[in-house]
This record gives sequence, structure tokens and C-alpha cells, in this order.
Amino acid sequence: MGARALSSVLRFTPPRDDAAALPAPLLELRGVSKVFPGVRALDGVDLTLRPGRVTALVGENGAGKSTLVKILTGIHRPDGGEIRVKGAPVAFASPQDAEAARITAIHQETVLFDELTVAENIYLGHAPKTRLGFVDWPALRARSAALLYGLDAPIRPSTRLKDLSIAQRHLVAIARALSVDSEVVIMDEPTAALSHKEVDDLYRVIDRLKGQDKAILFISHKFEELYRIADDYAVFRDGRTVGSGRMAAIDHAGLVKLMVGRSVDQVFPKAPAVIGAPVLEVEGYSHPTEFAALSFSLRRGEILGLYGLVGAGRSELCQSLFGVTPPSDGSVRVEGREVRIRSTADAIRAGIVYVPEERGRHGAVLSMPIFENASMGCLGAVSRRGFIRSAEEFKLARHYAERFDLRAASLSQPVGTLSGGNQQKVVIGKWLATKPKVIILDEPTKGIDIGSKSAVHAFMSELAGQGLAVLMVSSELPEILGMADRVMVMREGRMAGLFERAGLTPELLVEAATGNAGSLH
Amino acid sequence: MTLQAAPGSAVPAPRILPDRLVSPLRRFATSWEALLLAVAAAVFVANALASPYFLDVWNLSDATFNFTEKSIVALAMAFVIMAGEIDLSVGGIVALCSTAMGEAAAAGLGTPGLVAVGLGVGAACGLFNGLLVARLGLPSIMATIGTMSLYRGLSYLALGDGVLKGYPADFAWFGQGYAWGPLSVEFACFLALSAVAGVALHRTVFGRAVRAIGSNAFAALFSGLRVGRIRVVLFVLTGLASGLAAVMLTGRLGSTRPSIALGWELDVVTIVVLGGVSIQGGSGTMPGVVIAAFVMGLVTYGLGLLNVPGIVMSIVVGAMLIGTIALPILVGRALRRRRTA
Amino acid sequence: MSAASPPRAPDGVDLRAFLARREMLLVVALAALLAVVATRFPSFVTPRSLGGVFNDTSILIVMALGQAAVILTRSVDLSVAANVALTGMTVALIDAHHPGVPLALLVATALGLGLLLGAVNGALVWLLGIPPIVVTLGTLTIYRGLAFVLSGGAWINSFQFTPAFLSVPRAEVIGVPVLSWTAVAAVALAVVVFGRTGVGRSWYAVGGNPTAAVYAGIDAGRARFLAFCFSGLLSGLCGYLWVARYAVAYVDVASGFELDVIAACVIGGVSIAGGIGSVGGAVLGALFLGTIKNALPVVNVSPFAQMAISGAIIIAAVALNTRAERRRGRIILRPGASRPAPAAVAE
Repeated sequence: MGARALSSVLRFTPPRDDAAALPAPLLELRGVSKVFPGVRALDGVDLTLRPGRVTALVGENGAGKSTLVKILTGIHRPDGGEIRVKGAPVAFASPQDAEAARITAIHQETVLFDELTVAENIYLGHAPKTRLGFVDWPALRARSAALLYGLDAPIRPSTRLKDLSIAQRHLVAIARALSVDSEVVIMDEPTAALSHKEVDDLYRVIDRLKGQDKAILFISHKFEELYRIADDYAVFRDGRTVGSGRMAAIDHAGLVKLMVGRSVDQVFPKAPAVIGAPVLEVEGYSHPTEFAALSFSLRRGEILGLYGLVGAGRSELCQSLFGVTPPSDGSVRVEGREVRIRSTADAIRAGIVYVPEERGRHGAVLSMPIFENASMGCLGAVSRRGFIRSAEEFKLARHYAERFDLRAASLSQPVGTLSGGNQQKVVIGKWLATKPKVIILDEPTKGIDIGSKSAVHAFMSELAGQGLAVLMVSSELPEILGMADRVMVMREGRMAGLFERAGLTPELLVEAATGNAGSLH
Repeated sequence: MTLQAAPGSAVPAPRILPDRLVSPLRRFATSWEALLLAVAAAVFVANALASPYFLDVWNLSDATFNFTEKSIVALAMAFVIMAGEIDLSVGGIVALCSTAMGEAAAAGLGTPGLVAVGLGVGAACGLFNGLLVARLGLPSIMATIGTMSLYRGLSYLALGDGVLKGYPADFAWFGQGYAWGPLSVEFACFLALSAVAGVALHRTVFGRAVRAIGSNAFAALFSGLRVGRIRVVLFVLTGLASGLAAVMLTGRLGSTRPSIALGWELDVVTIVVLGGVSIQGGSGTMPGVVIAAFVMGLVTYGLGLLNVPGIVMSIVVGAMLIGTIALPILVGRALRRRRTA
Repeated sequence: MSAASPPRAPDGVDLRAFLARREMLLVVALAALLAVVATRFPSFVTPRSLGGVFNDTSILIVMALGQAAVILTRSVDLSVAANVALTGMTVALIDAHHPGVPLALLVATALGLGLLLGAVNGALVWLLGIPPIVVTLGTLTIYRGLAFVLSGGAWINSFQFTPAFLSVPRAEVIGVPVLSWTAVAAVALAVVVFGRTGVGRSWYAVGGNPTAAVYAGIDAGRARFLAFCFSGLLSGLCGYLWVARYAVAYVDVASGFELDVIAACVIGGVSIAGGIGSVGGAVLGALFLGTIKNALPVVNVSPFAQMAISGAIIIAAVALNTRAERRRGRIILRPGASRPAPAAVAE
């Protein structure tokens, strides 16, 4: 995939012009840093955006891309470094300041308002006013219509946003960016939820924006599309800029090497597994709206990777297995015995536990201390007749804290003050205390810095080695390729493939997940 | 990972994590409860200085009557609010319980039967609230505004503008009797229930689950806690507490009108919030709520001795509610400003 | 698709979606209610009688509009009835003790004082970040207490008011009382504010998606503050209207009315979760409650049943709202989509 895409792009690359011929930078970042409690999100990043060029921003999850976007749009203030717009230093105290500097972002999850109309969404916060200070509605509608027309988008300005598709919402978000006459447009994974045709339409829009001399920062995980549209690249790793230059001057492997910083074997401490009898057997598992007819099994000591695009139904499957949402059909057997799971308590009793993707929202109670989080899954074990035995509770928490080398000041520290990796250790510790048979890990290293990542991977390996069956959902190909014994791929709620570790290639997985094998090139 | 094991020691010694860093004493000294206790003491001293009648034991005992019933409901409400919900129907439940007991008394039921009717109706009302919230998923503030009207409305439907009297003589014991010396039955009951509630909240699995649900209901659900069931139990407990309050209040007044316990929900919520329970759920302590009940009782009683009308007292109560929450916020801001300046 | 082709706009009205809207549901329910009453008591549905119902509901309508603004921003204002009591008592005292003060000035006083009380609520919510329910729970008792302090607990009775004070809301213009016209004017104002001003749209934005509102450069606190001001302003106006209509002012005026106001909003489909609701819904919700209140005595149901009935209606309305809002979750399975053939099953 990568090499062929690369060669096709290289063929059309114009002759190399030297640096002097490049337009002057529109936006420059020098040594920008940002620290959050427990994590250094940005550690002195540099970035240069030039008019009429698309710059690809590449990096693993948690490399600091989202933080950078938030700083550029005035949501966060940097702790150090310098931002220059057309050579003049700027400081954004609010989103309005960023907008005044003509920087707009189209965010990962489109942040728009369902109950407002398309026109209102485009102009919210900067609506044209009449002389009396009222919103000039005719002008607002006319300008919205003109912007949408310019994008070739067949959307009526008076439609309510909730009636639009995801692709149409993206177009509205782009129209919003254009409505303030932005010179810098940031696109944060704009194609993640789009169909192939919609992606092509988006490329056309981007080409048009380039023609209007806008500087575009394009964040994506999909290399083939970066080679299709980007002129320059910048790679972030662990909050630092580790490389930048012309897209034409670097190949796929070079980008990956910059991104990961080491080769896959070094990163993933996958121990050779001793795989035993099936523990979890799922047959004909279906949900009214989210997934259908899934059948698979999971064996002792095995790590089964679950790959697919965002929105393929992977998390929905996991949550259903864990008793959060009931399935409409199908059967689940644990160690050969059929179980009926109607609540999370049922699932835990059956030996199935789930480490959710969103740690802060679903995984841990951030405001509660470590020891209370650690015992939450097995309160029965640390209590007698309903009364909690404090000494046993601390003993349990200390056991897992030591086993995972938890970095904290005390066991009474609120989990929210820990770094992402340490929070994950608490959540996993909570489940190990329940002595599970099957552990489901949903994007286990999302938002975790690279050092802790390999720690999480190491004990995932260790758990499997001790006979636990692991179901690992991941969107990161290196993680899937590095850790899984087998990989199941889902697409639009259905099984799209099941692969053994031997002979597995990224191309196979991507093809199965996207369903458009030949069209990538 | 940058940590390198020293040569010779293949296994690095595990890190030892202390249970806590801050001693319990120091934690108390900087707590909301300590502030409340200071306020309570100040109110007590001010009252004693302002009125010569205040320090009389029997007067103090009398003083407990006007807030004990509400405080008993507040104990249960504290659990509900800590779980991130609210129950605005408690006044309505008291009215309906009282009406049911009045009708039962008219039908000739004896005192034990009346108490059973009061508690039973209260529990049933609470169960209905709980099912609306936990099973139908209605936001509790809206559901209980509805049931508040419904329960009191049923009371009006039964009584119109009439009055129910004719309770058996020994029924008054719950509202007027004394357990030991000047210690009233009501107050003794409140003290006992406070202890039970404190232990339940801070020492049991149930209390832990309540706090977890209030802090993050999703994470609680994803930890295998039976969130729905616990919510139902909380509303049933509040209904039971309201039923008990209805028994005491009816016994004390000796009569039932549909307007009985009007506006209680606000006083009860005020006690709980004043006690340091976060209205968003998750945090709070039972000692805080109990001290807050005392503060409320002392303020109203003291002002009463000074012949301040009840409605003016409500200004004080309202100001206390906002002031006690606003003050720490303002102080915290001032401190932060000084530190950064 | 060529760049020159005109945008194709998806047109046409979805009839089912139209009927599923709360406004339509309420119109149908109101019509059904009136029809049932009319079968036995035709006199209830004469224009004159219906006009009376509207006039009787005017104050509820005006206050529901203010409350709707607050609820849209994910807040609640429990102090509106106390606001009515305090502003009503203030203008009543001025009128009783200084009969020379012109009515226009009194109305302006009511509006100004109401606005001030709303602003106090809003400022506490905005600047100190105290939850709205706690703030208004506190100010509810404070405002009503102040009404007592002002009056010393005394009543102002009808004979103490100037004639103009009492007669203006009753005066008929084109056969309709000024009180009703006031409600009509308030609805018109609300339609403009909610739908046509940046402030109104920011209420929807802040309640519907607070995170996104920040990205869009909207100050959520300020939007909420202005919603409380709007609610306070309308409550202040109702302070005068209430006292003038019932020709009496006392501390317990409109006691518990805040719940009727919230109920009207909820019945009208204004979501307590914020961001969803309309002027039409709030008005129809108020009218629905008002009609039931007026119809009960006509059909010989004890007026004492009214409270229980409105309680039951509130519960039903909340249940409806909750069902309507229940996460229209992302639906992954495409209906009718053919099953993708497994690319490679190697087991």
C-alpha cells in the first residue's frame, strides 16, 4: 500500500524548488510547550505553515497533536515558546483572539449545534449585524448560501444541523472556517468518519482552499491520503517535533520510523503465547442497531486483536459482552457454559471484565482516591456483612500498586491527579482483583505517553501468559500487529475478517476494515 | 522507560506507597465540617448572650422540635443528593402520609397500625419516585416536581379544605413524648438515625456505591455496581424517612391538613447543601449534614427567642446557604491571586 | 458534480416528523381536551370563554417564556414566584403610599426591580459558579423574606390602590384585555429574542453543546447570566400584573407558582438537559395547564383535584421528553446493506 502510493505521488511531484522560492511563513511556532497536571503534553514543538500549502501533522495518539490544535485555537494557553502570525508574535487569550488572527480549526468530533440551523452554525459568534446591533438575518442566510455554494455543497442554510449526515456536517464546519475568512485552516482527522466518495469531495475542497492561498494543517493517521494531498510534513513524538520537511522527500517507512522512534519489535514485548482451550465462545451475536451475526472464540492465553475503523461497532460489541447494552440475539459461553449477561455485575460474575476506552468518563472515578477505585469491582471481597474493612481495602490497593509499579504519592491520592498510564494501571488493577477469565481492553494505550505504553503492553503479555484471555480493541496498526495472536476485523457492525498472526500485513487489515481493496491507490 | 536497574540487583525493590499523606486530624482542621462546627458554636454563644432564656435545658429541648423532623428527612436526602439525584417531593410525601394516617385513624385504626400506614405510604411514594428515575430514566428534579404535585394533590383531593383530627391519644407520643428527661422521642430518634446514616455512608459498601454513583455514574456502572437498584433504594429510604417525619409531625400537631409540611423540600435541601454535600453529587459527609441541621435549628430558635418572625429567618437561611458556598470560592480566589501576584 | 451546478437542496416536508413535534402534539391534545369538554358544556368553547381562559393564563405564559430561556441554558430559576411577590409588593406599596406616581413609572420600577433580582441570580451563577438550583433556592427565600420586611407582613387591599393601577390590565383594547395583550406582546418579544438575536441563539448553543460553545467563542456564563436577566425582567412585569389583577398584595403572593411555571415549560417540551425547546412549546404548555385549570370546575371535578392532575401531567410530559431525547445513538448497521464478504477468513 504505502510504497505503491508513494511511487504514484512521486511521479507527479513537480521539480524541486529550493527553499528561497517558498512563500513566507504564515504561522510559525517555536519551542511551544504545555504542561497538564501529571503529563507534559507539549515539550517545545516547532511548526511552520506557509500559504497555499498543506502541511501534514503526523504522530501517534498522545503525541500532542490535539493539544497543539487547542493552543492554536485559543482554548489552552501555552506555558512557553512563541507563536508568530506573519512574523508578529501573538498570544491568544480566547477562541475569539484566534479567530481574529484568522486561524480556525475543524475539530475531530465536529463541534456544532444540533438544534441550530446550518446558517446559524456557520455564523454563531460572529453573525453579521444590522446598524441597530441586531443579527442581520437576510445577510446571514445569503452569505451562508454563498459559502455552501462555493463548496459545491447541496445543503439548505435553513436546515437544522441534526438532519444532516456526518459528511455534510463537515462541509458546514468548513464553511464556518471560511466564514471568518481564515488564512490558517486546521483539519483534525477530517476523514475519519467519511466514506470514500465523501473523502474525494473533501480533497477537492482542500485543493480549492490551496488555490486561495490558505495555509492548511492536516492531521491524519492515514498515510496514503497524506501523500495524496500534503506538501509538507511535521512529525510529533512525545510532545516534541522530531522531524519536518517536504512530503516528497520522505517515504512511508521514514515517516513511521520518525513517529514511533524505534522498530515495532522493540516496542512490543510480546511473549510467545501458550494458547489453551476456548474460554469465551460467542455465536450469532447481534444487536438491533449496532452489530450483527458475530461469531468468534477466545482461548486461554490468547490476545485477540479487534481492528476496524472508528465507528465500526467494536466498542459497542465489547460493551454488550460486558452487560451494558443487551444483545438482541446470539449466545455467549464462558468455559463451555452458556451465560446470560444482563448487567455489568452479571458479566463480572461470569469472569468477563472491560477496561473502557474513555478512562475519565467510564473507567475510573477520577475524584475518588486510588484505593477506593481499586476495590470498586470487588467490594464484596474487602467487606464483611456490607461493612468495608479498611485494612483489607488498602492491602488490595497496595498489592496492585506494587505489582504495576504505580507512580503516586499515596494511595489516597485522587485518580484524576495521576498520569494517563498510571490511571490505566489503577483501572486494570481493579479488574485483576476480581480474578477474571476474560479481560476486554478497549484502546488500552490511548492518551498514554510512550514509556507507559510499553509498560501496559508488557503486563498485557504477562496476563495472557498467566492464562487470561485478552480481547484487545485497537485502532493503532503497530499495536495490533505487535500484540495480537489473532486479529478480528469489523466493518459497519459486521465481521470483515479473521486473521492468524502468521503472514499478517497492515495491507490485509486495512483492506478488510475499509472494504475498498483496490481503491486506495 | 529511563529507570535502569542497578547492576547486581536484578529485581528493583517495589515502591512503598503510604496509605495517606495528610493526617486525619489535619484533614479535619481544614474541612467544611470544622467550619460548620465553628459557625454552630458562634451561633450558640451569640444566642446565649442575646437571650437569657436560651440556655435553659427545657427551652433547648423545645427548640429541637422545630427542626428534628426535617433533619430526619435531610439524613436520607443527603444520600440522594450525594448520588447525584434530588427528591423535591418530600413535602408532598409527608402530606400524603399524614392524610392516609388521618383516614386510617378515622376508620378506627390503633397507633401501631397508623405508624405502619405512615411508613408504608412513604415507602410506596419513594418507590414510585425511584422507578420513575431508575427505570424510566427521568431526570429526578423534574420527576419529583411532578410527584410533589401529585402526592400533595392526592391529599387535597381527599381532604379538600377539611381537617382530619381524632388521632388516638397515645399517637401523640411520637411527636410530643420524651424518651429520657428533657430528651424528646423525636430528638432521640434523630440522634440514633444520624449515627446509623453516618456509619452507612462512611463504613459500608452501600455508602461507597452511593458516592461512586454520584461522582461518576458511568464508571460506577462499568465497575459492576447495580446503579439502578441503588437509586431505587435511595428514593425508598427518602420516602420512609418522610413517612417517619409525617408520623412525628402529625403526632405533634394532632391534626392533618393538606397544606401540612408545605415547602419542606427547600429547607431539607438547604440543610444538606449547607452540610457540605455537593449538589452535583459525589462528595459530602454525614457529620456535616448533622451539624448543618443543628446550625439551622439554632439560628431559627435563637431568632425566634428574639421575636424575629419566621419569614425573616428564612432570609437568614437563604443568605447562609449562598454565603457558605460563596465564601470558600471567594477566599480561594483571593488566595490564588495573591500567590500568582 | 461540476462546480457550476446549483446546490441541490433537500426539500419537502416530512409529515411524520412534523406531527411528532411537541407543538403539534400539544395542539392536538388541547383540541381534544376542548372537544371533550364541549360535548357536555358547549359554553366553555365560546370565543368569550376561551378568551377568558387565555386572559387567566397570561401571567403563566409570560413567566414560562422567561423560565424557558433559563432552562435552555441547562439552568433552572426557582426564584421567579418570589420575584413576583417582591416586585408586586414594592409597586403596591409605592402606589398605596404615593398615589401621585404615574403608572408608567410603576411598571418601569417593576421591570427594573425584576431585572435586578434576575441579574443577582445570574451574577451568582456566572461569577461564582454556584449551581443555579442552589442560588435560586437561596434567593427564593431571600426575595420573599424581603417582601415581608418591606410590608411588615401587612396586606395591601384593593381599596388602597389607585384606580389606574387596578384598571389598566382589565381595560379592553379591541375587545381584549390589556393583560392578554401583554402576554401577546411578551410572546412576540420572545420569538424575536429566542430566534432572531445572537443572545437567543447563544442560549441554544450553550445548553445544547457547552464544549462546542466555547470553541465557537461564546461565553457560556454570560449567556446564562442574560437568560436569568430575561427571566427576572418578565417576572418583575408579572409582579405588577399579578397584584393589579387580583387587587391585593401580600407576602405569600404566587407562593409555589414557580413549579407551575417550570411545569408549563416541561409540558411544552423544553428539555431540562438544555438546548431543546421553543417559544411555541412554552406557550402551549402554559395554555394546556391553564385550560385544565379552567375546565375542571366546568366539568364538575373538584378544584382540589387540579394539583394531582397537573402532577400527573408533569410526570407524563417529562417521560415524553426523556423518550424524545434518548440518545439518537449513532446507528452503525446500515439497513438493507448487504453483508460484506469476509476478505480472508483464516481460521
